[in-house]
Amino acid sequence: MVGFLILLIAFVLTFPLYGGAYPTRVLIVMLMYTVLAVSWAMFSGTTGYMSLAPAAFFGTGIYSTALLQHYLPFPVIIVIAGLISFVLAFLLGLVTLRLKGIYFTIFSFGLVVFIGNTINYVEAEIFGRHGWIFEALDRTMLLYTMLGLAVVTVLAAYFISRSRLGLAMRSIGGNEEAAEHMGVNTTRIKVLTFAISAIFMGAAGVVVAPSLSYSNSGIAFSVTYSFIPIVAAVLGGMGQLHGPIIGALVFGFLEKTLKATLLTYFMLGFGIIMVVVILFLPNGLIGLVPILRDKLGGVIQKLRKGGQAEQHADT
Amino acid sequence: MPILEGQGVTKYFGGLAAVSNVDFHVDRGEILGLIGPNGAGKTTLFNLISAALPASSGEIRFKGQKLNGLKPHQICRMGIARTFQEIKVFPNMPVLQNVLVGAFFGSPKRVSGADAAGEASQALEFVGLSAVSTAPVKDLTLVSQKRVEVARALAAKPELLLLDELMAGLNPAEVSEAMELVTRIRDKGITIIMVEHVMKAIMGISARVMVLHHGEKLADGTCNEIACNRKVIEVYLGEETHAGS
Repeated sequence: MVGFLILLIAFVLTFPLYGGAYPTRVLIVMLMYTVLAVSWAMFSGTTGYMSLAPAAFFGTGIYSTALLQHYLPFPVIIVIAGLISFVLAFLLGLVTLRLKGIYFTIFSFGLVVFIGNTINYVEAEIFGRHGWIFEALDRTMLLYTMLGLAVVTVLAAYFISRSRLGLAMRSIGGNEEAAEHMGVNTTRIKVLTFAISAIFMGAAGVVVAPSLSYSNSGIAFSVTYSFIPIVAAVLGGMGQLHGPIIGALVFGFLEKTLKATLLTYFMLGFGIIMVVVILFLPNGLIGLVPILRDKLGGVIQKLRKGGQAEQHADT
Repeated sequence: MPILEGQGVTKYFGGLAAVSNVDFHVDRGEILGLIGPNGAGKTTLFNLISAALPASSGEIRFKGQKLNGLKPHQICRMGIARTFQEIKVFPNMPVLQNVLVGAFFGSPKRVSGADAAGEASQALEFVGLSAVSTAPVKDLTLVSQKRVEVARALAAKPELLLLDELMAGLNPAEVSEAMELVTRIRDKGITIIMVEHVMKAIMGISARVMVLHHGEKLADGTCNEIACNRKVIEVYLGEETHAGS
């Protein structure tokens, strides 16, 4: 897995040498989905609290860029958007994370719709404004920034999962009542980790904004960005860290390459792929690895690790 | 001074008093058996002590300190750990990690990784589960899962342990093993309250027994006093004394 990630990073770093403008944008989106999926799985995959709020934090990032792009340097905006998302998620968590199951999910979804519509109303009614234009930035810089963000997100997810925070989150996912009775301050852990995961979503919004060239509240707070991380995580497999990474890369690649040419057929086809994955691969695409390893025995032993996972994921 | 004391402890569910005006105490180092027919309020009393439920009225004190208004994780950190009647493990986590949760979070101080690991493997050793420490708990038998709960509670270093029907569903050989385990826990200096329907176990190892019936305390005394108590025989034990069965 580590080998696969290093290869991937090397690939992205060298990509501007031979990749064109559109492929670079595809790669940026693939990495953005990786950030969203990994940060979503960091919280929801481990605690079992299915959040539909990613679009709220992602949109916060886009709007941070829209409002601050002429006043502050790009890296500062990334940090600010991360902080705003953290605070927003923290407050939202305080209110909603006492809710269980479907109620939390619906509330988090409602937040996305609420923020999007409120901003739309305020913009249109008070400022008479419809959307924002983004200053174009160098696409190689954007690619590298998104890569850096993805690496930071994956590292954060890795270290959190190995820390006592990760243990507490898994115990909440396993049995929240027992966790609370074993001394885990479940409310604090949930609110804190929900807020941490939101940092990366907000930052992703900032980094992707310049390549959108135009955005409005409907685009920035589109609920699509709440569902994509879940789809990617389920596709790749939520059980392990590399599942959401693989799922996001595969989904992003398929979406950006096939959707343009096949349109509705893509969504139809992808729907079928999802059904097949859910029915036959409850552990996602990464679940293929042990299955194939068992089937093929030692033959592929040497070919194992990440490269293989990607290969199968692409088929 | 008793380690745990309750005065007028009452819990209503709607109009129904699940626990009604119960006074009780537990002395340090003893095993208190808690018995009574199904629905008598035994588990509710456990839930009140461990703060899973807020009491409607009355007061519970642990080492002289009032527990009212505290959260379950605070109760645990004060030194009261529990197991559950219906097993509540972390099913997908390995046995050792289940126990690590107790070791890391169950004590009021910040525990280092090495200390927690040591505490956890010691607890597993104590309940006899060292051999399966890397297996996911869901793959274990019922008996072993109950032992994981005990180990997890012990890793939190409690002074008082609440065991809710540890022996339910166990065969006679397993009951004997469980009795031996509970005795060894007591010998470590941990005070125990155990809810149990297996009379042989209760009578075999408890210093005292408290009987609940319809949420009220029916009797309280040594095993012999309880086994001969008219009212207890009528509502629970039946005419022939069940002390031996």
